[in-house]
Amino acid sequence: MKPVREVAVVSTAVHQVPALTGTTEVQLMVPLLNAARDAVGLTQADIGFTCSGSSDFLAGQAFSFVQTLDAVGAFPPISESHVEMDGAFALYEAWVKLQAGEVDTALVFSYGKSSPGSLRDVLALQLDPYFLAPLWPPADAVAAIQARLLLEAGKVSGEELAEIAVRSQRNAVGNPNAVRSSPDVAVEDVMAEVPIADPLRPSDLAVESDGGCAIVLAAGDRARQLCGRPAWIRGIDHRIDAHGLGTRDLSRAPSAELAASVAAATADLAIGSLDIAELHSPTTSQEAILIRGLGLGASTEVNPSGGALAANTLMAAGLVRIAEAARRIIDDGADRALAHATSGPCLQQNLVCLMTGV
Amino acid sequence: MSEAAEGGVRLPESLRGVEPVQSVRTPIRLEYDYRPSASAESYLRAYGEKRIIGHRSPVDGAVFIPPRGVDPRHGVAISEEVDLPDTGHVGNFCVTHLPIPGRKGLEVPYVSAWIHLDGAAVGFLGLVSGCPSDEVRIGMRVRAVWKPDDELGTTAENIRHWEPTGEPDVPLERAGNQSFHAGRGDEAGA
Repeated sequence: MKPVREVAVVSTAVHQVPALTGTTEVQLMVPLLNAARDAVGLTQADIGFTCSGSSDFLAGQAFSFVQTLDAVGAFPPISESHVEMDGAFALYEAWVKLQAGEVDTALVFSYGKSSPGSLRDVLALQLDPYFLAPLWPPADAVAAIQARLLLEAGKVSGEELAEIAVRSQRNAVGNPNAVRSSPDVAVEDVMAEVPIADPLRPSDLAVESDGGCAIVLAAGDRARQLCGRPAWIRGIDHRIDAHGLGTRDLSRAPSAELAASVAAATADLAIGSLDIAELHSPTTSQEAILIRGLGLGASTEVNPSGGALAANTLMAAGLVRIAEAARRIIDDGADRALAHATSGPCLQQNLVCLMTGV
Repeated sequence: MSEAAEGGVRLPESLRGVEPVQSVRTPIRLEYDYRPSASAESYLRAYGEKRIIGHRSPVDGAVFIPPRGVDPRHGVAISEEVDLPDTGHVGNFCVTHLPIPGRKGLEVPYVSAWIHLDGAAVGFLGLVSGCPSDEVRIGMRVRAVWKPDDELGTTAENIRHWEPTGEPDVPLERAGNQSFHAGRGDEAGA
């Protein structure tokens, strides 16, 4: 969709830890929502639209997102929506609302607390309910089938996957929201790990985490008032591939490729010329597919935060990518950034968000 | 069913006249090792001592029960616990004439009520017993009937039900939810 209004990320807040034990999702989100609003001097009464993303399968409760609205301060009643998807897709809905001109500000948040349950079992339930889900294939095994195809086809080598794992762990050093980091891990260390789902080793798989993310969006002059250097969303698009894993060419992510090319055309940006890219890759093999498929250039720094491999909070990791990329524009002076979010098995659904500092 | 009604799908000869499959069983079971949060744990442990805990809002002092660690009107964290008495009034109620499957010892009709404890800003759910169901009314004063001490656990089930105290009723206009709107400048509607 061609933007008719300038819309930007003006503030971000992220919190990710290995497991939240004594804290509810509501208690997690109260300080994050306040941090995102306070950073730009807004209260909930100043927010035109609020949109969130989460999953009842993680909470083990029907309509669990309604409780989390307690963290927003949703009274008097607010204009609100929710997607049972990663928060990046909630951000897309908020962006459309801003494009429609109905509001000038929006609050987007998402969270995931997967530690009380079994994430690999939960993820099995996103598969075809008649022929696949009853077999309960673990998410690691489904991703390993994709990785095997890449390796056998010669599209990537085991060493290249290990290099991606090493980059993530080294970049994650110093990121307070990374759960796995190491300043001195080497390719040999990763190659020596015993695979969990052959050919994928522990370092090939994203680390599960609990956490959340909050972002404030604003349009036009409102964004300029609120933030010295907003991260302007110049192009954003999301696409989906077929549900049946057997019908897809798993060595590619056509929906990610198309979302990137549509976003790039809208933004009038060359994907090969970006400063940074934050990719939501649940495995190193999927990161390899994305780097090639999106057409990232050699000069683009990939996942300076460590990416989702360093902390994969289900339902929030995609929004965290947007927050990380935007923060580097807002605070660190980056000019051109890509943020990617995915949902579904083997990169089934993909969102690409291109942001600039000017 | 005609072929047109099947959406144009042509059944193979082997399925003609065969009893159609009407259902598929794919059992789903997910297990959660759920810790309900520090504030809920305090609440449940207090029940073991026949105490009822609420959370006091730092914004205007309104007390919420059960304690959830947040003032939902303002999105503000709450950590101050307060002990509430086991007395209050019926803020609202309904009389149910259908049994709950699998629940023993619950005679029909039974009365579900929003119990507004003295000093609490909001009500919470409880059973009213100890009087005929057609005598229950909004504003009726009630007190908790606890299980015997040797049957107490860390559970809200420690309160068997709420029974009338016989005190004068709370007037209708002051019964029920009085404080949820407080502190937002729109008390007029409360």
